[in-house]
Formats: sequence, C-alpha cells, structure tokens
Amino acid sequence: MTQLSNPAVTGTNVADGRAAAVPATPADAAQPGPTLTGAGGPPANGWSPAGILANGWARLLLGLIIPAAVLAAWQLSTAAGVFSVVQLPPPAMVLDAAVDLLQRGQLGQHVAISTQRVLIGFAAGAALGLVFGSLVGLSKFADALLAPTIGALRAVPSLAWVPLLILWMKIGEDSKITLILIGAFFPVFTTVSLALRHVDRNLVEAARAFGLKGVKLLTTVQLPAVVPAVFSGLRLALAQAWLFLVAAELIASSMGLGFLLTDSQNNGRTDRLLLAIVLLAVIGKITDALLGLAEKWAVKRWA
Amino acid sequence: MTAVLSSSAPKTSLDANAGATTRTPALPVAFRSLRRTFGTGPAAHTVLRDVDFEIRAGEVLAILGTSGCGKSTLLRATAGLDSPTGGSVDIDGMPVQGIDSRCAFAFQEPRLLPWHTLQANIAIGLPTGISARDGKAKVARLLDLVGLTNFAKHRPREISGGMAQRASLARALARNPGVLLLDEPFGALDALTRIKMQDLLLDIHRAEPTTVLLVTHDVDEALQLADRIIILGKEPNAGDEPAPGATIVRTVDVPGGRPRDRGSVELARMRASLLETLGVDGH
Repeated sequence: MTQLSNPAVTGTNVADGRAAAVPATPADAAQPGPTLTGAGGPPANGWSPAGILANGWARLLLGLIIPAAVLAAWQLSTAAGVFSVVQLPPPAMVLDAAVDLLQRGQLGQHVAISTQRVLIGFAAGAALGLVFGSLVGLSKFADALLAPTIGALRAVPSLAWVPLLILWMKIGEDSKITLILIGAFFPVFTTVSLALRHVDRNLVEAARAFGLKGVKLLTTVQLPAVVPAVFSGLRLALAQAWLFLVAAELIASSMGLGFLLTDSQNNGRTDRLLLAIVLLAVIGKITDALLGLAEKWAVKRWA
Repeated sequence: MTAVLSSSAPKTSLDANAGATTRTPALPVAFRSLRRTFGTGPAAHTVLRDVDFEIRAGEVLAILGTSGCGKSTLLRATAGLDSPTGGSVDIDGMPVQGIDSRCAFAFQEPRLLPWHTLQANIAIGLPTGISARDGKAKVARLLDLVGLTNFAKHRPREISGGMAQRASLARALARNPGVLLLDEPFGALDALTRIKMQDLLLDIHRAEPTTVLLVTHDVDEALQLADRIIILGKEPNAGDEPAPGATIVRTVDVPGGRPRDRGSVELARMRASLLETLGVDGH
C-alpha cells in the first residue's frame, strides 16, 4: 500500500521544507511529546527474542521497565537528598498533590477541559486536513493554487499565532481550539496529499473505466487506498494537538493542564508541576493508544 | 481451484434468467482513420495511423501484434480511456468521447480493489441507475457464471490469479456492455488456467453475445476464440523510409464454429501463416 516512502519530491510542491520530516514511521507518532517522563514506555524491539514480543502481556511489561526504573531513580535520589524538595519533590508528594487537587474537584476539571480542547481541535483540524489534503493530492490545479500558501503557513511556528488569535478571538475557548486545530491540520494535510499521489494508477484507471469519477472515485478507491497513511497522519496530528494545547494554555487560560503548569510554577508548587507533566504523558499516551487500536482495525479492513 | 469449471451447470440457469435483467444489445464498432501520436514536435512518436476497420455487432475480434505495436492503445481509445490524435472510434455510429458507458474493460491484471469482497468488486461494474435489488441479482448471476459463487465474500488476496481474473471478467459483464474490451486478459495466467479461461469466455459469449475486442499476443488464443483476426504492424513499404506507426497489415477470417478443435490441421496452417506475418518462423 502507499506507505509514505515518498520518492524524489519536486521542489515546488507542499513537500519541501518540513514535510520531509513528517512522513515518519508510525512508531515515532506513537510517542507524544511529553513521553520524556517515561510514562510512554518506548517499545523495545530488535534485541529481544521474537517470542517475547509476540506475547501482548510480555510486551506491556517490557514497556513498563523504563518507567518503573525512572520512578525508582526518582524515589532514591529524593530520599538520598540529591535534590531539594523545591527542585524535585519525591513521588509521594506528587501523589499527595494529585489527591489534594482531586478532593478539591480541580484535577478532574483540568483534565476534562484539556481533553475536550484537544479532541475538538484535533477533530476539526484533521477533517480540514483531510479535505485540503485530498484537494491538493488529487488536483494539479488545487496543488498549484494552494500548496505554496499552505506550505508557508506551516512554516510559521505555533507560538507565533497566539497573540493574533487572542487579539481576534479573545481569551476564550475559540482561540485555544483554533490553535490546536492549526497544529492538527498540517500532519494530516501533508500525509494525505502525498499519499494520494502514489495511489496505484492501475486501480484508479480501472475504476474510471467503470464510470467512477470525482467524489465517488475518491471515496471508493483513492481514500481507502491511503487509509494507512491517513492514520499515521492522524497519530502525528494527535501528538501535535497535545503540544499545541499546552502552548495555548500556558499563555492565557484559567483552567487546564497547561494552566496547572504555569500556575504551579508561579506558586513554587513543583509537585503540581510534575503532576501536570505526568498527566500529559499518560493522557497523551492513552489517546494515542486508542487511535492506534482504530488504526489496527482500519488497516485490516482497508488494506 | 476446484470450482474452476463447473461452467456447464450454471449455464442453463443463466439462459433462463437472461431476459430478467435489461441487456444492451451487442453494438458494432468502427475505427475511422484512427491515428494516435504521443508527444509533440520533434519528439512526437506515432503509434497508430490509418486504422480503418468495422467490427460487426456480436463479433469476436482478436487483435494481434508484436508488443508495443499499439494494440492496447487501440483498445483504450475504444473505451475512451485514451483519445485519438486523429480520426475516431464509432460505437453504433456514435463517436466515443470520454469514458464510454457502452464499453466494459478487463485488463491484463485483475485490478480488483483489495479492500472489497469479490461481490463488491463485481458490483462496481454495475451500470448507474440500476436498483439495489436488480444489482444484487445481477452480481449473484455473474458470480455463478464465472464459478465464484462460493467465493463471493472473499477478498482478492485470498484467491488465485485465475479466480481474480474471472472476477474481473464478471465485473466487466456487470455493465451489460455493448462492447467488451479485453486487454490480454489471460496473458499472466499459467497455460492450463488460460485454456480454461478461454473456454469460459466462449461460454460467456454464448450466454451474453456481445461484441468482443480481444487484444492478445497469443496466436493460438486468437484462433481459438475469434471470428476474425486483425494484425497490427508496420507496413512493409517499397520506399526507403518506413512509415511511422502501426496499422492493420492483415485481416483473417477464422472458419468454423466454436469451440474449435485445438489440434485441427487447418488451424495449424493458419497459425504458421499468422506467425510469419508477425515475423516469427512458424515451424
């Protein structure tokens, strides 16, 4: 199937600049930004015997080794007094902070609002990415018309949008969701438009010979053919959505995990700060895993 | 592959049903001064020129020629997948412009959608506007005709190449084509499967006597299936510069009703003669 082994990309189309980095392997997409804390558990493969990797539970345990080691190192170093409590509070304190916030009813609120923003922004951005990616991938005219502009917009760093969005939309949900939408749009747009160019010409010709054209041809042949690529785009987009969420919430918000980060920083609550990071890692990984399940199903269905 | 040719059994039920679905009658096809040139200027490359020929409604015409001589181009022009540089293809007196719904195409490769069942793949060939119920009945009938009823729910990757090619044929027939275009449809199959498919094609033609244009490089296949054979090639000319592009260099009427005896002496003689025209020694 048309995996994104995009050969010799021409200079004029969307694919220059950052696009080259986008068609990464789905494995990269599986790690949203904040996995640095270890909650993401990178799958270890290569050195392990295939037998272990075939077993789902063994795989899961293998993935938990590094997070457990990080947790242990964290506990040991704080107990030994390597860091001050302000620099790095012990895991128990972070847990206490979580329980405390939970009891005040704030933790659920932060998580819920952030998740809601990500899901809405992701859905809207991915839908737009699919539409524009299809247009640019299928029509040379649309490619010539839209690709340069979209390519230039992609080059704008995410944070650069924030002042403008706040100016236009005020500090509300709209500006945050729009920023997340922007973040989710580009990965889907790029993967879809590139993959559509490499759909098996023979299949398309056969379908055309049987009278299929336009939207019917797109939904019958072209989109199903790029389903694996669409999903790797979606997973990248979801990771981007979480990234942009934090950018949006860091700057102007009164709720959400990004707000929890800045607020804790201002109040010197390192325990809450760490809590926010861990939550971002865990929730990001969970949403990605859910999307991964959908991907598995879809690839089996459509490939 | 056990279900390969239970062809005689389904056939009878077929003829009984045939009237139930609307059927386009077989249509005559005419090539008129057809020319196809690729590229422009000094790089222009003429593939076909001065192709003039009339194919009768319901006839099976085999188009022979060495590879690269423009056989497929001729077929694609008939389907409207390619437009000629000059001249026209007329189907039933009306020139072909764009994809022509009176034609159905079966390619050398099955070109089935891998994510659909055979049933759904065949349904893609159905003409627009057919009701869901009629469409379903038609697909079931065609599955029966090509002996794939038991594989209706299989995906293309789960079946053999010969079966996939039969599904491709069924998809083309779903269209009720006035003209059936076959571009080396059995070329990629092993010799035994190919013979079975040729017999199947004859069965199909008997059940649905449409006009068939069959591109092939296999002289025996042409002799076995066709009413007439045309050979495309460069015209041997007296001048020093050979005219660019292929045209019809020979037309042959194949005598005898089908199915024909594969060992017939007369066919063997024709075979040698045809091979000679194609530039191969027939011994």
